[in-house]
Amino acid sequence: MALPKYTEPHYRIWHYFYLLICGCVFFFLIAPLFVIFPLSFNAEEFLVFSDGMKRLDPDAFSLRWYKDMIYGTKNPWGLAARNSFIIAIFATLGSIILGTLAALGLSSRHMPYKGLIMAILISPMIVPLIISGVAIFFFMAKVGLAATHLGIILAHIILGTPFVVITVTATLSGFDHSITRAASSLGSSPYNTFMKITLPLILPGVISGGLFAFVTSFDEVVVVLFLAGLDNTTIPIQMWTGLREQLSPTILAVATCLIILSVLILLTAELLRRRSERLRGINR
Amino acid sequence: MSSETGKILTTDGIPLEESLKQAEKKNKIKAFLLVAPLLLFLIITYMIPIGDMFSRSIDDKMVTNMLPKTYKAMETWDGKELPPEEVFEAFYLDYKILVKNKTAGKLQTQLNYEKNGFKSVLKKLARKQKKFEEGNYKEQIMKVHKRWRNVEYWRAIKRRAPSYTYSKYLKGVDMYSNEDGKIVQVSEDRRIHRILWIRTVEVAFFVTLFCFLMAYPIAHLLATLPMKYSNLLMICVLLPFWTSLLVRTASWMILLQQQGIVNDFFVWTGLVADDNRPEMMYNKTGTYVAMTQILLPFMVLPLYSVMKTISPSLMRAGKSLGATPAVAFFKVYFPLTIPGIGAGCLLVFILAIGYYITPALVGGASGTLISNQIAYHMKSTLDWSFASAMGLMLLTGVLVIYWIYNKLVGVDNIKLG
Repeated sequence: MALPKYTEPHYRIWHYFYLLICGCVFFFLIAPLFVIFPLSFNAEEFLVFSDGMKRLDPDAFSLRWYKDMIYGTKNPWGLAARNSFIIAIFATLGSIILGTLAALGLSSRHMPYKGLIMAILISPMIVPLIISGVAIFFFMAKVGLAATHLGIILAHIILGTPFVVITVTATLSGFDHSITRAASSLGSSPYNTFMKITLPLILPGVISGGLFAFVTSFDEVVVVLFLAGLDNTTIPIQMWTGLREQLSPTILAVATCLIILSVLILLTAELLRRRSERLRGINR
Repeated sequence: MSSETGKILTTDGIPLEESLKQAEKKNKIKAFLLVAPLLLFLIITYMIPIGDMFSRSIDDKMVTNMLPKTYKAMETWDGKELPPEEVFEAFYLDYKILVKNKTAGKLQTQLNYEKNGFKSVLKKLARKQKKFEEGNYKEQIMKVHKRWRNVEYWRAIKRRAPSYTYSKYLKGVDMYSNEDGKIVQVSEDRRIHRILWIRTVEVAFFVTLFCFLMAYPIAHLLATLPMKYSNLLMICVLLPFWTSLLVRTASWMILLQQQGIVNDFFVWTGLVADDNRPEMMYNKTGTYVAMTQILLPFMVLPLYSVMKTISPSLMRAGKSLGATPAVAFFKVYFPLTIPGIGAGCLLVFILAIGYYITPALVGGASGTLISNQIAYHMKSTLDWSFASAMGLMLLTGVLVIYWIYNKLVGVDNIKLG
């Protein structure tokens, strides 16, 4: 962003002011995440930087909160992590299957009432979570699925499908339907055509929708708060309880692990996005 | 040439038009069958339960079902004077069953809502009714407590006759229908819900505004920088976007606490004295700061995707035609970004208005929003019908905003990332 030589001084000043503002906003966005990282290695029980940490004294740092996270008996983080992964994986699979099928139907030009159906399918994204939580809780309580894994998985499928529908529909918008027709004319069955032609091409969209669904489920706390019993506790529930009652550094150790997980997800999502753009021939 | 011979036939001898129609119909069914599983799933597990919330919020069958005979006898009573003997008898019979089933407590509570002091009257009747003799129940009941001679109490019972009520909605805006059936406001010191509604809208509005003011410059920078720099900076937006909401709230709890880094910084710069550190958490400040940072990516991403499509030559053309950079910006660039602004503001506002987690953790008493109240009634007071009513009022608000947005800007494809 070099300024041309002929720029007048007051625009030059304005430009640097603009860059300064941008810098501040970026700092505001990213800096809070980095506070957690060093504090999770704190040797003491307080959530402030001790004098030892400020002097970078090695004794002020320790792994005790990570040990507490893994071996500690007070907080069942192990159980929570297992539940979270089980729920998120099944919710993601369910969302992908239902969402991809629906997106395929929606992108067909023969689909009747497209607008209305799309509105219904993405409504869980627009309706405030607390209302979804109340409604889903009433349903699950009625059919006896409250405080079960299945109930939470179904609830997360509801919340996750809109993302899959949107990403897959977006991928299909650049999809050349003559390829599938070519496959059919060469004698391929519809199933075969889907598996060999359509799916590989829309896969980036499916996976990035799946990532959204996974993160939504893995991070979801409002609906789970209504639905979960003691056996269904998840990482977000444990964090919620911990943050409400007493902020212990163990939570920061968990938070650090979650940040690392989100870095991995971010990298995957970015790679997929670039691959998808390359496949669809969008060059920038 | 007749029209019959003009029709083109397929090899099967069916007119082409019909054959095409059939194929079209087949395709329609095929497309619909693909959508059907998700559609059915959502209708059963999501749309119907939301509708169920409505019937729950207006449901008032409890009292009606507890006093079936009484309400039947009351049908002909005009409510001006004391009801006739039949009503007394029916009430005695209904109430006797309730006392026997030990469910009279519920009726006592419900009727006490209608008329203060009803509970003690009913309790006394529960004790005395065992010794009642057959016949002339009017006299016997009136002897138990002199308030039974007051027609107000009988009117209170009659008011609960309908199976449906909109009183929960009135309660949501701090109103109630009084003894004469008029809708009035509750006394000033008890108007808590209206404050919450106003605060929710206020917080959502300002968070949207702050997000817009902060997101616009950085989205512009990201869209105009060369790819290799902007990709790096994009991480600053996407990493918080993908990070758990609770993790980000936790980091704000650490930063904003009284011994936290932000306060340390203020003390260091000399803005505040060390012994007079401001309270930045458990109030509105905490809610504003944390929600703005958490929702900022939702504003940046739509703005960025719109700004990316604006050709830089437009600004150059404007300038070459004699516009100053400021004029060129406001006349050329800004109007082109309006769809992005609309999408971002809608997204942030709708998310902010229903926010629950962050206000509950950093908001304290003065920073909680309407969602917190709904959760409170769901989990603590167990007044589910009131929670449903408030939820539906919030939902209506969100849908109205969505509708207005659709009219003004038009909901085109929602883009993610």
